Amino acid sequence: MADGNVVMARGMPAAVAPPQKGTLHRIARRRSTLAFLMTLPLLAVIGGLVAYPFFYALYLSMLNKRMTRFVGIDNFTFLLSRETFQAVIWQSVLFAVSAVIAKALIGFILAHVLHALPAKGQRKWRGMLLVPWVIPPAVSTLAWWWMFDPSYSAINWVLTTVGVPPVAWLGEPSWARFSVILVNVWYGAPFFMIMYLAALKSVPDQLYEAAAIDGATGWQKLRYVTVPMMKNIIAITVLFSLIVTFANFDIVRILTNGGPQDKTHIFGTYAFQVGIQSGDIPLGSAVSLFMFPILAVFAIFVLRDVTRRNKEMTG
Amino acid sequence: MSGASVTRGAVAPPTYYKVGSIKRERRWALIGAYAALAVFVVFFLTPPFYMLVTSLKSSGEIADLSGNPWIVSSPTLENYRELLTQGNYVTHFLNSVIVTLAVVAITMVISIFAAFALSRMRFWGSTMLATGVFLTYLVPETLLFIPLFQIIGGLGLYNNLLAMILIYPTLTVPFTTWIMIGYFASIPKELDEAALIDGANHFQMLWKIFIPVALPGILAAMIFAFTVSWAQFLYPMAFLVSSEQMVLTVGIVSDLIRGDTFQWGKIMAGALMAAAPPLLVYAFLMDYYIAGLTAGATKG
Amino acid sequence: MAQVSLRKIVKEYEGGVQAVKGIDLEIADHEFVVLVGPSGCGKSTTLRMIAGLEEITSGEIAIGGQVVNDIPPRDRDIAMVFQNYALYPHMSVYENMGFGLTLRKFPKDEIRRRVENAARILDIGNLLDRKPKALSGGQRQRVAMGRAIVRDPKVFLFDEPLSNLDAKLRVQMRTEIKKVHQTVKTTTVYVTHDQVEAMTLADRVVVMNQGIIEQVGAPQELYHHPATRFVAGFIGSPAMNFIPARLENGAGALRMHLPNDIVLPVPASRTQRYAPHAGREVLFGIRPEHLTELRATDKPNIATFQATPEVVEPMGMETLVHFWMQGAEVCARLDPAVPVEPGRPLTMAADLDQMHLIDPVSGRVL
Repeated sequence: MADGNVVMARGMPAAVAPPQKGTLHRIARRRSTLAFLMTLPLLAVIGGLVAYPFFYALYLSMLNKRMTRFVGIDNFTFLLSRETFQAVIWQSVLFAVSAVIAKALIGFILAHVLHALPAKGQRKWRGMLLVPWVIPPAVSTLAWWWMFDPSYSAINWVLTTVGVPPVAWLGEPSWARFSVILVNVWYGAPFFMIMYLAALKSVPDQLYEAAAIDGATGWQKLRYVTVPMMKNIIAITVLFSLIVTFANFDIVRILTNGGPQDKTHIFGTYAFQVGIQSGDIPLGSAVSLFMFPILAVFAIFVLRDVTRRNKEMTG
Repeated sequence: MSGASVTRGAVAPPTYYKVGSIKRERRWALIGAYAALAVFVVFFLTPPFYMLVTSLKSSGEIADLSGNPWIVSSPTLENYRELLTQGNYVTHFLNSVIVTLAVVAITMVISIFAAFALSRMRFWGSTMLATGVFLTYLVPETLLFIPLFQIIGGLGLYNNLLAMILIYPTLTVPFTTWIMIGYFASIPKELDEAALIDGANHFQMLWKIFIPVALPGILAAMIFAFTVSWAQFLYPMAFLVSSEQMVLTVGIVSDLIRGDTFQWGKIMAGALMAAAPPLLVYAFLMDYYIAGLTAGATKG
Repeated sequence: MAQVSLRKIVKEYEGGVQAVKGIDLEIADHEFVVLVGPSGCGKSTTLRMIAGLEEITSGEIAIGGQVVNDIPPRDRDIAMVFQNYALYPHMSVYENMGFGLTLRKFPKDEIRRRVENAARILDIGNLLDRKPKALSGGQRQRVAMGRAIVRDPKVFLFDEPLSNLDAKLRVQMRTEIKKVHQTVKTTTVYVTHDQVEAMTLADRVVVMNQGIIEQVGAPQELYHHPATRFVAGFIGSPAMNFIPARLENGAGALRMHLPNDIVLPVPASRTQRYAPHAGREVLFGIRPEHLTELRATDKPNIATFQATPEVVEPMGMETLVHFWMQGAEVCARLDPAVPVEPGRPLTMAADLDQMHLIDPVSGRVL
């Protein structure tokens, strides 16, 4: 009987075939949906509070001051024609590049010094040397502001005591630029120190021993063993720091607020002044966006270099 | 052919530097090291030291230009007392605490879940998402604050502390997720499998196994989130206006500078107290603090 | 001239731990000397002191007649092959090998000549452009050796170079090293914990134990005439058997009383040597290869006794049997054709010309 056969045929699989097949499917699907759900908040944060505002900024930058009509790249061309803004570009680059170079050098030197110390001493000194990084920059810059004060500068007091004329740290444009860079270097060098110290520790001791036997002096070991082995970390930290330094706000804002005569303005502080203080949101947006292409170029170059070297050395 | 040693020393090595001495080299290295340490320790620690010195001076002593500004002749705790009893300092401090605690909690929840999913469960787009996380660092706060200004205004959250809690995570979540991915990835898969066999579902695995084992990484990430939130300056400066909503970093400056008068003693006292929480966390948890920094780079 | 002298060398670490407790050693030019011993005996530390990688606490080391205590490694004119090869990962094989010469500003064509020469000796000419990560363990070890050869130093130092290789490769590389030494003839100091390597490679073997030198001598010398119990038990595999015994003077003849009521005569050639120790507790030492089943032989001093093997290990080319005497485990090497099973008593034959008596207190071989 057809029904009977069908019943039997259906009865057999039901008893014999593993019921998991259907369940497995469900688990697999559930797993990936679960995973998706778990990353949803992250996606929300990145999508809603980073990606969306970024594109919104692009949109804003192409509006007129009252945000009533679309003006294309007028804001950008306007900025580029202004001398003040040209100076801001130059100042930002000068600030970022010189600060990062100084920080990398100091960090490199200090990492070596620390690495050469015995373990206990190393902890102690390392602890002291990281302090500038730990204090919020907005707070520590206040101390520098006070030390640079035109009338009461404690640094000037030291200078005059040894017979050197006092310096207008924040009043004179060149010195103001120097001061801003100095405070940034003060704040950021410990970060480099810590990174480089970790990288130094990862270079196997035996390579140095082999180099010593091969005939390398201290400097040669540095050049032929240390730096090549550390190239990746150096590149990553420099990139990271370039981005962060380029986009700096706190230090310049508190110390000079862009002055004197806008000579220390960088993208962040200028955007704040133009966008929020003067109320021209689209223009401010345009100012900030200038940063992005420069950062992106840096990032691409260094990342490409890093992944290539990674493949070379570890395969 | 006694003179011609063909294989040995056919070309005499060029004369180079004279023979060194281990003792002498070590001595110079030590001198150099301690000199560098001394110089930089002085450079690094002078500002906090001066903050402390100034905070203990009365305004009279500060205004007095004669004498050494680096020492306190008649120390006083007046500045601290005034800050803690009058004005808005305490409010600002509490605001910072509230925001920071909330942001740390939110950050950790988001990043732990996301890191767990990204490191353990392969699903479509997971690698894309991981790179995306890194790319968010190319969009700094100084670029985002203007559009966010509009958005926050549009949401009616202008001049509202809650807005801070909402947007700070953009600064902390990418990096903490990255840290956590690194830590989770280093937990051997066998642990998962043992747990699955023991009958755990994914949530139990996360709660009972991953989190305890990755605790150092979690601590490091928490410290990072804490430090970043506490130190935030641009966003509160742009989005908070009134004193009751203000956080510490902006509040010190805005409150204590009336027109042209700078109350430096109180400013420094306020600054020092503002620096205290991160410094304390650092002092007690230094290893986790540093682990948080280096984890990003070395595991990245 | 490239002789190496160690005079009263002591290495002490902070806290008073002495890794090397005063050793003297003279290594002749062109000699291949192996420092061998268990881990922690101080052999690597000694090598590193010769290299200049460890500070010498007291004593003097001289290379080629010149005291080198205060001279940094780069000026000692030595080359070293490390256990982990220590090749520079970012340099090609060619650059790795030529690195020492590059540092000393040798002319480029001289560097090329030397590198290619060394590459030819070690048969790695086709690898010159590769980076270390693209090489196998054996190839890396060759590059490390090439780096040393290129330098043409006064002394080669090897720090357990074969320990990271698998057994088969190890045997192969051992022969390579020996061949290289025959070609290049540089004075060599070689450290290993493997006594087989020591025996096969060395002109002279230095056995070290807990920071002191137990014995120095040619391999055969150490095998046949060990000076201490440690050396006797260290050289040779399977290790020498040590059976507690008592030396008795009875009925005008010197005899050894072993456990299980076994009594063995002392060969006439040894009577004079052992007579002064009559009445004392000693250790009877005999190598497994000299303890066999009873077989036809013309060796003059074979003694027999009964023993019951408890563990039997058929190795194919021989059969190892283990039996116990009063707690001491004894191993014997039997001809594979001998029928033997655990629990069945067997007549053992000991070649007493090859025996050693050891003072259990001082460890010295009598």
